[in-house]
Amino acid sequence: MGSRASTLLRDEEIEEIKKETGFSNPQSLDFQKIPELAINPLGDRIINAFFPVGEDQVNFRGFMQTLAHFRPIEDNEKSKNAAVSEPLNSRTNKLLFAFRLYDLDRDDKISRDELLQVLRMMVGVNISDDQLGSIADRTIQEADTNGDNSISFTEFIKVLEKVDVEQKMSIRFLH
Amino acid sequence: MDDFWILALWALKTWFYLIVCLIMVPAMFGFSLGVSETYMTILVKTLEWATLKIQKVYAEERTLNASSSSSLIEREDGSMEEELEELRRSRPKPPVGGDFTLSDSFYFTRRGIESIVEDEVTQRFSSEELVSWNLLTRTNVDFQYISLRLTLLYGLGIVVRYCILAPLRITLACIGLSWLVIGTSAVGLLPNWRMKFWLSEWVHVMCYRICARGLSATIHYHNRENKPQKGSICVANHTSPIDIVILCNDGCYAMVGQVHGGLMGILQRAMVRSCPHVWFERAEMKDRHLVTKRLRDHVKDKTKLPILIFPEGTCVNNTSVMMFKKGSFEIGATIYPVAIKYDPKFGDAFWNSSKYSMVSYLLRMMTSWALVLNVWYLPAMHQQTGEDAVQFANRVKSAIAHKGGLLDLQWDGGLKRGKVKESFKEEQQKQYSSMVVGNDSGSSD
Repeated sequence: MGSRASTLLRDEEIEEIKKETGFSNPQSLDFQKIPELAINPLGDRIINAFFPVGEDQVNFRGFMQTLAHFRPIEDNEKSKNAAVSEPLNSRTNKLLFAFRLYDLDRDDKISRDELLQVLRMMVGVNISDDQLGSIADRTIQEADTNGDNSISFTEFIKVLEKVDVEQKMSIRFLH
Repeated sequence: MDDFWILALWALKTWFYLIVCLIMVPAMFGFSLGVSETYMTILVKTLEWATLKIQKVYAEERTLNASSSSSLIEREDGSMEEELEELRRSRPKPPVGGDFTLSDSFYFTRRGIESIVEDEVTQRFSSEELVSWNLLTRTNVDFQYISLRLTLLYGLGIVVRYCILAPLRITLACIGLSWLVIGTSAVGLLPNWRMKFWLSEWVHVMCYRICARGLSATIHYHNRENKPQKGSICVANHTSPIDIVILCNDGCYAMVGQVHGGLMGILQRAMVRSCPHVWFERAEMKDRHLVTKRLRDHVKDKTKLPILIFPEGTCVNNTSVMMFKKGSFEIGATIYPVAIKYDPKFGDAFWNSSKYSMVSYLLRMMTSWALVLNVWYLPAMHQQTGEDAVQFANRVKSAIAHKGGLLDLQWDGGLKRGKVKESFKEEQQKQYSSMVVGNDSGSSD
């Protein structure tokens, strides 16, 4: 999986990107060189989230769009972005980002297997298979309302309706 | 035609004599004629004026942020436990089966994205961004046309730096280095009288002083009563190879390093003739016991000069101090820490070895305005009983970081080129697991 972000930037592109995503300062990077990301248990899933399905290169625009999910939600944004269907950093889109982290094969469902795999990433070798399995089972049981033994996006949203997503999945920029 | 050559030769000779009298001789004997002081004052005033100009223009365009922090994002400093607790507050804890919710991933996700936007490590391996431009092309990140005067000044700056200062400095550097080789070899030929040590020290310091003038270095030494003594180890933070010139301006040290070929090799061989340094063959460097033994032997001999070591192992950009390798702290000698901090306004001293070769780096140095820095000598530190080498190294590192106003980081400088160890990830996983099941089983981790 390639991890270089190619930079094909022209001024007009930057302006467009500014409008779409609300960001204003470009940077270029190589994901695997970031030590803090390398030691993050979900590091691989996060990196994966930047790449569109089936591709192994992400350009700057795609990169910024993904990052845009993490902008804090401000009320006055709504009136500005009336033209865009729904801003990338809305609560729903933030939850969609988190959902995709679990949904490994992108079939819009979190199966028991997928949940197990992600759990395994987070806990490493410290919890036995059995225990992990029962945790996964319980989680699915609580969330699954239509009985198909997997979690769809709507069920996902319902489970997390009380969580302060806006605050927890946002990054405040200082400039 | 002939006249031209005669004239050129005459000009060259005068130039040479001027340099010798006005710069070399004072440098050799350690006093100054005041020329560089005047230059520095003019430079400081000019840069201040330029900064004010730039700020005035920007103040009209946008509100100046009062904070001088150079970070991009606001980080929440909660620990893993705190953040996960908050995330889980929204639902009651399940009675059995481990405490996990789907929102747990939010914590890791956010941390991951934060580290992509701005992490503590990769930014240390590139030059520091200046708060305001200092009229050098290389620090020009956001160039906007401000005023005619400023641009003229910038143009004048280029002329001064490249046509006047650079040739001068290059000449000085060449003189300094050749004198180093000649002088040390000459002293090496003398028999082992007491005079020899004194002479060798004098030759070394003299040559380094000339080199320092060759970089227009203005060095402020603080706390010189704490200068390293013979038979001890001196450790310092590492920003560039010039650190050696800086420190050796004020005392004589024994160097440690690999044997190189070429110009460096000539220098190394010459230096070792007059006083003992510790040069290793490449193969020997891999054998840690051999290295430790040789250093220990050197340190035990109280007539030998203090060893100069840079425990970070690589050049860092002078905004922080990275992890110290424990090798030098296992020897059991007295450690004299030294903190070096460059002033970035006058020139960026960081050697980005992946971007610039040594020669282009030196040329960049010689075409900066000047090199202004502070050197603090810290009091000696010993390894305390019950403290292992790693803890001792961290203690010394904190002292240096604190004194120099640098950030104290736990990350390894080797991350510039290599990958981070898996064990850190495993630690995080372990910590998280204890939050999932630790409460249930009742056993403490």
